[in-house]
Order: sequence, then C-alpha cells, then structure tokens
Amino acid sequence: MPKPDRYAMRAPRLPAKVADPELDLTIDFRLGIYEKLHEMRQFSVAINKMFLSGLIRGSAHLSTGMEAIAAGFGAALRSDDYVLATYRGHAHTIAKGVPIDEIMAEIIGRKHGMLDGKGGSLHLTSVERGHLGSFAIVGAHLTIACGSAWSAQMRGSDQVTVCFFGDGATNIGAFHEALNLAAVWKLPIIFVCENNLYMEYTPVDMQTAVKYPAADRASSYGLEKLVLDGNDVDVVFDFAQRAIASVRAGKGPLLVEALTYRQGGHSRADPGEYRPPVEIAAWMAHDPIIIYHQRLLALGVDERELVGIEKAVVERVIAASEVATASGFPDPDIAFKDLWSDGSSGWKKDGTI
Amino acid sequence: MASDEGFSDLNYRNAVARGISQEMRRDTSVVLLGEDVANAGGVFKTTVGILDEFGPTRVFDTPISEQGFLGMAMGAAMTGFRPIVEIMFSDFLAVCWDIVANQIAKTRYMTAGQVSIPIVIRTANGGGVGFGAQHSQSLENWAMMIPGLKVVAPSNPADVVGLLAAAIRDPDPVLFFEHKALFASTGPVPDGEHVDELGTAKTLRVGTDCTIVALAAMVPVALNAAKLLAEIGIDAEVIDLRCLVPLDIESVKSSTAKTAKLFTVEENPRLCGWGAEVVSQIVEESFFALEIAPIRISTPHIPLAASRSLEEVQIPSAQRVFDVIRSALER
Repeated sequence: MPKPDRYAMRAPRLPAKVADPELDLTIDFRLGIYEKLHEMRQFSVAINKMFLSGLIRGSAHLSTGMEAIAAGFGAALRSDDYVLATYRGHAHTIAKGVPIDEIMAEIIGRKHGMLDGKGGSLHLTSVERGHLGSFAIVGAHLTIACGSAWSAQMRGSDQVTVCFFGDGATNIGAFHEALNLAAVWKLPIIFVCENNLYMEYTPVDMQTAVKYPAADRASSYGLEKLVLDGNDVDVVFDFAQRAIASVRAGKGPLLVEALTYRQGGHSRADPGEYRPPVEIAAWMAHDPIIIYHQRLLALGVDERELVGIEKAVVERVIAASEVATASGFPDPDIAFKDLWSDGSSGWKKDGTI
Repeated sequence: MASDEGFSDLNYRNAVARGISQEMRRDTSVVLLGEDVANAGGVFKTTVGILDEFGPTRVFDTPISEQGFLGMAMGAAMTGFRPIVEIMFSDFLAVCWDIVANQIAKTRYMTAGQVSIPIVIRTANGGGVGFGAQHSQSLENWAMMIPGLKVVAPSNPADVVGLLAAAIRDPDPVLFFEHKALFASTGPVPDGEHVDELGTAKTLRVGTDCTIVALAAMVPVALNAAKLLAEIGIDAEVIDLRCLVPLDIESVKSSTAKTAKLFTVEENPRLCGWGAEVVSQIVEESFFALEIAPIRISTPHIPLAASRSLEEVQIPSAQRVFDVIRSALER
C-alpha cells in the first residue's frame, strides 16, 4: 500500500473560492467582526494563562486559530436562533453574546460564573440567549440540535439551529443518525463541521476513509457537498448568511465542512507535539486574524485603527479576567440545588438527598 | 386520587394508550414519538388509536435510531415541548444511554437550573415471555442509579394511567417501565381523568408477620406468595413500590416497624438491584426494629434464558418467594 504523504495532505488545501467580491459589507461591520475575532483570541490567551497559573481544574479546550467560524456564523445569526457547540465552545459562547467575565468565572469555578460553577469549561450554556449548550460527549448534540430544529418547525417559528462539531464527531453513530433525521424531516438546521485536522491527538486522515470527513458523507443523506475555508471570516460570513436564509425559508438542512486548524493541542494537557513543524508553519501563516487584518488594510483601513481595536480588546479581556478571578467560590449549598425543577435534589419521597 | 365516578376494567396495554391520550387532550405540547408508535400503534399495541385521534403533527414514527430520536426529543423538551418517547424494549436503552444518562439527566443541574427537561421515556421492560437475554431485562436499576432521572414501574392498569399522567405532567425526566408480562393483565381503572402521584408506594395487602416489597411484575408474584403464606398461618404485608425515584422508603419503614421482617422481590439480576438500596436504608435507619436479617429474592446474577423451563427457574416465582419466607420465619 502506498504511504500517503501526510504533510501534503494536511497542509492547507483550501477550496479555490475566496471572499465573494460582491460581498457588500460596511467597514464598520467588518471592524466589528475583526474585534470579535480578537476578543475570542485574547480570551484563549487569558484562559491559557489561567490554566498555567493553576486556576483551572480539569482542563480547557481552546480554539485558537479557529475563531473565524464562530465569529462568521455569530454575525449572521439572529438572537433567537439556536446554537449548540462542543466542549471546544468558548468562542461560540462569546459569539452568542455571553459576557466574557461570566464565561471566565465559570471556567475557573467562581460564583460569578454563568452556571454558578456547576458546569465548567465543557458545558457553557445560555438558554435565554439560544445557546443550548456546549456538549462534552462527542456526537450527542447533533441529535439534540435536531430537537430544537424540529421544535421550531413544529411551532411554525422561523428560528434556525446551527450545530457546530468537530471532525472527530463524523465517525460516531450520532452524526449519521442526526443527519438522517434532519434530512428525512427537512429540519431547519445547519450542521457545521469544524475540521481542524485532528481528532484529539490523531490526524483525521489516519482515521477516516474519505478526504472530507463531513462533506464527503453529505451525499449519503441527499445533501450537497459543501467545503469552506473556515479561516477566512468573509467566506464563513458570506456562506452563513446565505445558508441561514435558505434554511429559514424552509429549504431543508445543510451540512458544511469548514477547514481550519487548531493552533494548540487537544486540551491544556496536550502540547500538540505530534504536529509536523511544516504543517504548523503553513497554517500559522493562514491564521484568521492575519487574513482579516490584511483584508482590512487592502480595503483601505488605517493600520492604527486596527491596532487601536486590538489594544482595547486586550484591555477589556484583562479587566474581565480581573473580575472573574476576584469573584469568590460558589456557596456550598449550590451543590445540592437544582437537580429537579422545583430547585430540590432529593431522591426520597420526603425530598431528602 | 381516583375520581368519584365508577371504575371500569381495562387491560394494562390499553391503559398505556388511555394515559397518553388523556394527557395529549389537555396539553397540546405533549407529543409522542418512537419506532412504529403511529401507524402500527406500537409493536406491543400500547399506542393504538393515538395517531387517529391526534394526527401526524403530534404522533411520529421514527427510524430505528434511538440515539437520534431520543436526542431530538431532548432538544424539543428544551424548547417548549413535552415529548413522550417510546424505546421499544428497555434493553435498547443501552444504545442511547449517553442521551439518557449524560445529557437528559444532567443538563438541568449542569446549567444551574437554566432549563427543565420534561420528557417521558416509556419502554417495555422485563422477562417472563421468552424473548431471550437481550429483550427481557429488568433495567429499572440502571435508571435508578443516575441522579436526575425519576423512575416509575407500575404493576396494574390503574397505576399505568395514573402514574403515566403524573409522569407526563412532571417537569423533569421520567423513565416509565411498562412490563411486557403484564400487558394482557386486566384491572379496574377509575372512569374519567385519573392522575396519581409519583413517589408513593401502595400497601396492597395488610399483614403483621412480614413485609414483602415488590415492583411491577413481581407484585402479583408477591401477592400470590402472600396467599400461599396465609394458608400456613403467615400473615404477610405486601407493598408495591411503584416508583424507585422518588423512593417512598417511609412506607417500607413503617411496615417493617410493625412486622420486623423485610423481604424484597426483584426481577433484576442480583447485584445492585433496587432491593439492595431498600434494605440498606432500612438497616441504616431501622436496624433495631428488625428481628431477622432482611432477605432479597431476585433473579440470579445471570442473563435470562429463552426457554420457558429455564426462564421459570430464574425469575422469582410465588413458590420460591413462599419457600424463602417460610424457611426464614421458621428458623
């Protein structure tokens, strides 16, 4: 059997399509997206620091280098649309508008946390904002996402569900069960595969028989094969806008594979040393922030304006970190609350725990 | 909470459809889905007539895709619906256990109460009808050991209607175990709307010499054993637990305080059956009320066999319960 040239296979092999030249966006809108990309990046930087200084129990899964997907879709979604993310879901939670100090406080288990410290890094959720959860068992949430889509369809609302997942989820049964359900019932849902080339520590091409782990399976469910440069936020936003309009109009589900790169390891326990340097270098040059910075310069934006945005974001993230770390630990009583809808957690008839 | 009207006989199978229809009439957010539940009326004929009454916007046949449609039901429950999901055989819970144990059970707690998951998972449970090891298990204890799930296993048609109605109205996830061996059994069910209360055991036979606690298909076994015991002068009290979570341990405790002797009759294999928890509660809290050590009577810790002659020696029978209790009391 010929040995595949893995370095070649894993270098950025992106579709020819670049940003739609017709994409008519104001500079202010683009600057907003640029700011969001930076906020997500600086958030990862801050979480990494918190991990290294021992503030984070368990682990944290960063999406450094993958921000354009969450930022692009986030900018295209309506506030009442549903989003479901994975344990690598910090950026999606930011995209849904949760204040970053509350996310940080949750990740370090503090009282100020968005889930009172009960969820942690893997389970960031804000139901009131339509963020139905960050799911930590690979694949499960694709089926749950079908439920919010089904619910919207049944209620006759035009809400769209966007379900983000990794390339690793494409080999688990739930992926296939969810795609079949969505396709057969024409659910208003967009499945977004963030293909970062590694399923945990293992290159996707060593574990998957097709080139594009999600898109190449689309035809099994009667869906179109769609592959995007997930590091170009204009490409993502352009696609997201058109996809959301189509799904909102009742034209059935979509599955898209956004190619990207996880610039770090799987979790904070993993330095990612198995990645070839040539591959890292190629993708670092294709960083979403670098791409967008250059695009904005080409569109005539003054570099000083971009630097100003970057500086303001850094200051805001540092301030949020200070709010999060200054918060105390949750009241121990909280551990015994809210298993049931009446706020209690007992298993005996008399409600005792 | 029976109505003041009369009672009519109904079989356990039709009681399931009765309970579902009763609740679907009063609450349009209640929907029913599962494999063959709509057009075919369920492989056990427990949902006959529901599609006709409520139509295809509230009753759905799903693919053979338990993880898919149970996850879907969870997403629907998070966004305004109250789904009733049928898992055809309880053994199939194993293929969607991630959704049950990791997702449905934990989401409310993990999100600090942001959302409730009002879902009822109905499933045909238990042995005694020769389906073999993968279609006969009694799996209530799988559900019982996961915080965040309520667990119901009715023994008679009235309880099927009343507890199913209570489960559907409950804002939290309920696993509702319908027993295959009881589908053909008949009993009186209150006319009109019938809603019971979760977490309440029922004393079905009052006695003074020993307490027998049973669940689902083991309830008639325990009652028959009590009849045999009565013939030799042993007056047994029989408690139908009905729910494992919430657990009405007080009813068992007050009965044991009177009889001082406790027996559980469990269809599940021995290890970690619900009886172990009941016994441990009584021993921890009422040890000095006991005259003899509590005894658990269960299926041995082996898979169920298909042949009648083999399955019959595995699942507790009235004769076995009688023999164990007689010899314990004669000691």
